[in-house]
Amino acid sequence: MARAEEVAREAERRDIRTRWLLSAPALVIIFVAATGPLLIVLVYSLLTPGPYGDVKWQFSSEAWVSVFMERDIFDDTLSLAAAHVTIFWRSIKLAIVTTIATLALGFPTAYFMATRSEKTRDLWLFLITIPFWTNLLIRTFAVLQIIRNEGIINMALLKLGIISAPIQILYSDTAILVGMAYVYLPLMVLPVYASMEKLDFRLVEAGYDLYATRFQVLRRIIFPLVKPGVIAGSILVFIPAIGAYVTPSVLGGGKNMMLSNLIELQFGQGRNWPLGSALSIAVMIIVMVALLAYVRNAGRSEVRHG
Amino acid sequence: MNWKTTATAMGLALLASTSGAFADGVLNIYNWGNYTSPDVIKKFEEKYNVKVTITDYDSNDTALAKVRQGGTGFDIAVPSQTYVPIWIEEGLVQETDPGKMENFKNVAPEWANPDFDPGRKYSVPWALGTVGVVVNTEAYKGPADSWGIIFNTPDELKGKVNVVPEMNDVIFAAIKYVGGQQCTTDKEVLKKVRDTLVAAKPNWIAMEYNTIEKMDAGDFKATSDWNGSALRQRLANPAIHYNYPKEGFGLWSDNVVVLKEAKNVENAKLFQNFIMDPENAAGLSAFHRYANAITGSDKYMPADMKDAPEVVIPEADKPHAELQLMCPPDVQELYTKIWTELQK
Repeated sequence: MARAEEVAREAERRDIRTRWLLSAPALVIIFVAATGPLLIVLVYSLLTPGPYGDVKWQFSSEAWVSVFMERDIFDDTLSLAAAHVTIFWRSIKLAIVTTIATLALGFPTAYFMATRSEKTRDLWLFLITIPFWTNLLIRTFAVLQIIRNEGIINMALLKLGIISAPIQILYSDTAILVGMAYVYLPLMVLPVYASMEKLDFRLVEAGYDLYATRFQVLRRIIFPLVKPGVIAGSILVFIPAIGAYVTPSVLGGGKNMMLSNLIELQFGQGRNWPLGSALSIAVMIIVMVALLAYVRNAGRSEVRHG
Repeated sequence: MNWKTTATAMGLALLASTSGAFADGVLNIYNWGNYTSPDVIKKFEEKYNVKVTITDYDSNDTALAKVRQGGTGFDIAVPSQTYVPIWIEEGLVQETDPGKMENFKNVAPEWANPDFDPGRKYSVPWALGTVGVVVNTEAYKGPADSWGIIFNTPDELKGKVNVVPEMNDVIFAAIKYVGGQQCTTDKEVLKKVRDTLVAAKPNWIAMEYNTIEKMDAGDFKATSDWNGSALRQRLANPAIHYNYPKEGFGLWSDNVVVLKEAKNVENAKLFQNFIMDPENAAGLSAFHRYANAITGSDKYMPADMKDAPEVVIPEADKPHAELQLMCPPDVQELYTKIWTELQK
């Protein structure tokens, strides 16, 4: 009896060992490839900037102070880093607006796709994924060709005599939003569609049978059931949108810095790698806190809907 | 073909592609993008039986950071004059003594002993140029030889001006415009610089590098720009003119240096000597569209560059040219703050 137990324990031990061995590659990747670089960034944020880029191995908290505070170069007073706050807020605002815009466009698209016959659904799905085959930069330049002063929209309107001078769309906030919504739309459509596809449309019919209005059906039946997809889609859009770099500078003209431009400046012409590192980590913390708040909030309201 | 022969064939193919086939040696060049004439490289390869590879970078800071890390495998790089002293000071380059090379006699006297590399112990001139103001004369007919086009934009150009977002160039221009010295620490001057920039920005449409196509298409009617870029714009649209601001304009030069970690030092030296030959220097210019510092190269220059006002600085404007310097780190920090303030 005791022996059998021992054998079983030994087998269990071996089993655990194999599991560790098998998961070792994943663990190595997580700790070495993902956490390692982050640690380097964290260490760099606590060092002194080298005179011409790079860092000096000398502890300094100056970088973290200047993320939030700035010393006025003219009267030497310390105040809240208004420039950084403005730039942070611009990027966050753009990410929020982009998420809302892609949701507004993506939700009906996903609904449309999910309500087609099984066969044609694959075709629609295929069409949605086509833009992924092209580089982000090329897609952005495609939008530029459409909205610029000599672009397709303006030329068509001029030819039709609707306008007499081209409308300046390029280099405006509208241009950035159009570009961002276009570029990130598939990231919203795909997860929403994945949830929508599993939706039992008999529930929708049942809702109508019980005299629910269209809006009530949408709000009380469809939306709660596809909510996981909406949450996943929003996260997928929000995170890359906050670090968006190419689209705002190509379509917005680069007059106003985004977060990523500010960070790039520190590693390039600004030659302040510690500040760049500190800014990067600050962004990560903000995104993480925002996401946690979002997911917890979303989870809680799910319970309420029962 | 079974898997063994396939693998052998692939291995051989790989070997052939990496070892430079039948050349006696290799030379690995690290240079700005779209800057190295394929014709001149071909000529060099044929003359010395050397296989040349070219890798691009997009900024002085990128190049410096990468070479500083080491292990790049590059033999040659082409930093700007502001960065050459840093490369020397940090021991990233070799003393190849170009000043004693055979073709050095061709280097124009004003470039033979520059402050950034006294006695030309390390570097050979690759290209030189200016930063000025480009205006489409169909949109604005007034005088344009001033930074005022950018910093005090005339009504006709409001909302149509672009500024190339090169921090050091823009702040240099603004300092000149308010009447200061480059790399100044004078707070009065810097305050004026910041106020001028912040007040000017609403009249700009963009801050982009992509000027050639946008000036030609009419998205921009004026821009700050480099002279080589301005030349390409005029060739595309004759109404576009380059102007040398009378308040003072920046002069720059990119220089070929041999890295300390270079493995093909002899080939690199051959290359340094090779590009000081007038015909080869003209070949480089014909491609990158900037002037060079080699006397006698003008007779080999392409016709559209020989008397181009963008390439040959007119005598009247020459006194306003000023070689841009590397500002000390504390000044650079002030610049960065002003720049962040401008773009926030």
